[in-house]
Amino acid sequence: MRLNRNLSEILKERIKFYWQLIKALQTGLLLLTGITGFITSRCPVMSAGIFLGLIGSLFLSISGSTVLNMIIDRDIDTRMGRTANRPIPSGQISAKEALILGSILSIAGVSWAFVLSSIFGLFVSAGLFFDVVIYSLWLKRRTPWSIVWGGIAGAMPIMAGRALGLGRVDLVGILLGLSILLWIPTHTLTFSMKYYEDYARAGIPTFPSAYGFKKTRLVIAISSIGAAIAVGIGITALGLSWGYLRLLGVLSVGLLGLVIISIFYPSERVNLGLFKYASLFMLSSMLILISGVLL
Amino acid sequence: MRKASFLDRILLFAMVLVASSQVVIGLDKFRNMVVFYFTISFGVLIIAGLLLLLFGYEILQNSLVVVIAALIPLSLSLGLVLTCYPKAHMPYLLFSIAGLFAITITRFSSPKTISTITLAVVHGIAGITIFIFPILLYARGKANPSLLFISLGAFLIGIGGFLLTLIQTGKPLLPEKTVFKILPWILLTMTVAFSIGLRAIP
Repeated sequence: MRLNRNLSEILKERIKFYWQLIKALQTGLLLLTGITGFITSRCPVMSAGIFLGLIGSLFLSISGSTVLNMIIDRDIDTRMGRTANRPIPSGQISAKEALILGSILSIAGVSWAFVLSSIFGLFVSAGLFFDVVIYSLWLKRRTPWSIVWGGIAGAMPIMAGRALGLGRVDLVGILLGLSILLWIPTHTLTFSMKYYEDYARAGIPTFPSAYGFKKTRLVIAISSIGAAIAVGIGITALGLSWGYLRLLGVLSVGLLGLVIISIFYPSERVNLGLFKYASLFMLSSMLILISGVLL
Repeated sequence: MRKASFLDRILLFAMVLVASSQVVIGLDKFRNMVVFYFTISFGVLIIAGLLLLLFGYEILQNSLVVVIAALIPLSLSLGLVLTCYPKAHMPYLLFSIAGLFAITITRFSSPKTISTITLAVVHGIAGITIFIFPILLYARGKANPSLLFISLGAFLIGIGGFLLTLIQTGKPLLPEKTVFKILPWILLTMTVAFSIGLRAIP
């Protein structure tokens, strides 16, 4: 009886740590982009099996790559106040255990993706490769431009979802991917400004440290406008009603307003607000695309 | 200043959803210029709701927010005027532009009393327009009773604006805590009322 309770407590604790390792919110948002990509394809062969496969394989592979990134970044995480309490740097999970978990999740996710469709599998494995090998392992400690590759990796789920539905790559899929790629700088650069000292302490080159805050804010502005335009063209190309485009326009004005305020009246608070609004903008854009196609 | 509670956040989020659905599905029957005006008013409500969710009530003290919030009654009344009494559109548009200009100038460069009076006058005229128009149309038998929901919305936005203005002047009618407690309710009810009312316009 006591042994059973201990076992269940240990299991609960492990699951809690694993949940932290996969960054559930970020994984959830990327998963939603994949689902959006699939739904926008208006796939004629829609079955519960395919949909479950899409969700399952993307969840596993995105979670797997996140865990592998956590292992690669564990020395950086130790030096940063924001991340020092993560399961690996705090010693709650060993790097070996995380490596086993990350490998199992990644292999299972990519394999499942290839079983569903070869083109889907290619996109899923490309996302994993760009994220873990190119972004984290190779470029993150070398250049602030690594975020472009992080962005390309982030664009893969939505393109994968659409390719799974269509069986091919099309211009709308590329546009939707581009919108994620352009949104990611808004997200990551506001973050790197907020934790500027943390990143500097860890020796990670970021846009603010390489080009200054002013230029970084300009890049955020340009990428935000670009992301909004890309989603807008995507909505138009998908033939959704004007109402959805109007709503996207409203949300884009809000994003642009915050970007302009952050350029002319920069403050920690505006920066954090912009970071949150950018996430909300992308979440809303995905929901707009889903509703526009389904309703 | 009172922090937004969980319930406040739910109410504000609901307001954002109602306003969003109005922008998506509730405006296509109007002509382009009216759609433009109503998109501005509901759009500002959406952005205001999101900013309140992200930054809390402190954002209401920001001068820029006050100027942008004036767009809600102004653009809504413009849409109503153009729909129901097109002859008055141009003079009313000129008043709206001048009013917005005056609010902006006085907000950033005049004493508080002048800026508050300017805001109250412009808001007041726009609010009365939104309140009166549906009643007049209904009284003349040109609209169904649902249109009166717009007047209800105008009444609510008037109350909300009045209470917030009194807080700003330092002579609050109700304690600040109470005002911010009822504000999300007012905003949600007002948005729902406007949405129902606009559906009644043929």
